[in-house]
Amino acid sequence: MTGSVVLEARDIVKELGQGANKVCALKGVSLTLRTGEMTLLMGPSGSGKTTLLSILGCILSPTSGTLEIAGNRVDGLGPEALADLRRRYIGFVFQSYNLFPTLTALENVRIALDVRGESKSETIAKAEAALKQVGLASKLTSFPGNLSGGEQQRVAVARALAGSPAVILADEPTAALDSENGHAVMALLAEIAQDKSRAVLAVTHDPRTLAYADRIIRIEDGRITSEERRAEARRNVAFYDLARKRKAHA
Amino acid sequence: MILTLAIRNLFHDRVRLAVTLVGILFSIVLVAVQLGLYFGARKMIVGMVDNARADIWVTAYGAKSFEEGGVLLTSRERHAALAVPGVAAAIPILVSFVEWRKPEGGSTSAVLIGTNPEDNGLRPWNIAEGSIRALGAPDTVAVDRSYLTDLGVTGLGDTAQIEKGRVRIGALTEGIRSFTMSPYVFTTLNRARTLLGVPADSASFLLIQLTPGAPLESVRAALRKELPNSEVLTKAEFLDRNLDQWLYSTGAGVALIGGAALGLLVGTVIVAQTLYSSTKDHLSEFATLRALGSSAGYIHRVILMQAGLSAVFGYILGMAIALTVVAFSEATALPILMTPELAAALFLITVGMCAISAVSAIIKVTRMDPAMVFNK
Repeated sequence: MTGSVVLEARDIVKELGQGANKVCALKGVSLTLRTGEMTLLMGPSGSGKTTLLSILGCILSPTSGTLEIAGNRVDGLGPEALADLRRRYIGFVFQSYNLFPTLTALENVRIALDVRGESKSETIAKAEAALKQVGLASKLTSFPGNLSGGEQQRVAVARALAGSPAVILADEPTAALDSENGHAVMALLAEIAQDKSRAVLAVTHDPRTLAYADRIIRIEDGRITSEERRAEARRNVAFYDLARKRKAHA
Repeated sequence: MILTLAIRNLFHDRVRLAVTLVGILFSIVLVAVQLGLYFGARKMIVGMVDNARADIWVTAYGAKSFEEGGVLLTSRERHAALAVPGVAAAIPILVSFVEWRKPEGGSTSAVLIGTNPEDNGLRPWNIAEGSIRALGAPDTVAVDRSYLTDLGVTGLGDTAQIEKGRVRIGALTEGIRSFTMSPYVFTTLNRARTLLGVPADSASFLLIQLTPGAPLESVRAALRKELPNSEVLTKAEFLDRNLDQWLYSTGAGVALIGGAALGLLVGTVIVAQTLYSSTKDHLSEFATLRALGSSAGYIHRVILMQAGLSAVFGYILGMAIALTVVAFSEATALPILMTPELAAALFLITVGMCAISAVSAIIKVTRMDPAMVFNK
């Protein structure tokens, strides 16, 4: 636990719907993200993972509780102030990549910088560097339709990375990928998390991703049920791999 | 990037782009033709008053327009007008609908204008053949070249009959059209009086020219006092009266402006529908932009840029067709007028129409839930 705290959520409660349809998706969740850490948020469907990710990413506002990102209190801010925080501190990686099909790989990365008001030359330089970092220097002018799923997700990672955010939030980043590409993307995110200036949180229920975690947080029914740090997580991964191999032999 | 994204969004679905452009094109052509007809009609209606050298028009009471002034003024009114300080000239002209009998038989309605060119009040302009001096010859008239067929004549030297008097074509003008469809026929004042069989001092209007520096309002007030049985109108007022009579009282102007408004409405609806559906299709991309931290204004600018580009492309295509229609209309009885000012106004109208069309799309993105980026 050497990194500094970049995101701190305390007692986050989120109610969705109204009247008889009101559902409490998060029931007092507290968590902290530190720089240089790759954290996995795991849990079954409907456990509140995505709702929590939306709140941590300043896309949804919590019903109650406090959230602080890079020293900025988030609760009570309006949509434009939240968008400003996202611009400055948060990078997203989505399950379905969410690339613009009509823009090239370079342009897809550039647009994340353009919304920050950066100049054309700056956006091009930074986007090229980010794509180079994810191994796509030769695909700058390719459109998403001409890229494989793994390559598209790497463009999405480059887009999240380009603005040097303090926090990268990934929503099921390997769900749409085959095993090889899934591992490649997770390795990339883990490498990014090594940077002492940022934290990476990935929501997943893909057991292949466990090996890349410094920390695993489990959520169930809107509550955090457990938190494991690196050594423990690694041991559990070993158990998981062993169990999987035995199952395969049987 | 806003421009790049807007262009790519537009050209991504070419069928939808085609529908948008057809909508704008249809709207532009309709508005251009309707407004062109309106301004063309306006130009014809005010042509005579505009070309007359008069600061003030004295008319008989109730004169509805240049063509319907009646023949009620006499030399008494003219002398009274000339006695008013500040009046340099009071030039009588005579205007009346007449029956033009064609040399080969048959007749048509025409507007006879009796005016002495040497008075420098109202004289035929744009002389294409013959000369104004020719009007001094007995029985000579000047008509516009575009009405030769309607008048049953072929050119200079041909003869016809007005009421019971013989006339001969001594000059041809170019582009002096009549909104009433009755061709203008210029002749001298006295010849017009003879043809109409009215007293030798009668007139329809007195064209008042002021001495340099004379105050218009004061002179007008004095003329009103001296001519209590006549109307004393400034040039602008008489122009308005002509427009009221032919464009508004007849409903022609309302129909033309109504047609233009309808074109705008149809264009707005078509562009709004296509922009809305385009925005709906790209909603997940706009939600992604929002998740990336873009301001609402950034997304609105993308949509407005799409609308603006549609406007520019649609305007270019629409104007190309509208100008073709304008060219074909030049030889017709009611030419469509297209001026640089009208073309510029049409461009602004198109951009405005597309901007209004973008409102529904902007409302759609404003209401979108940015959390939809997590929808699988």
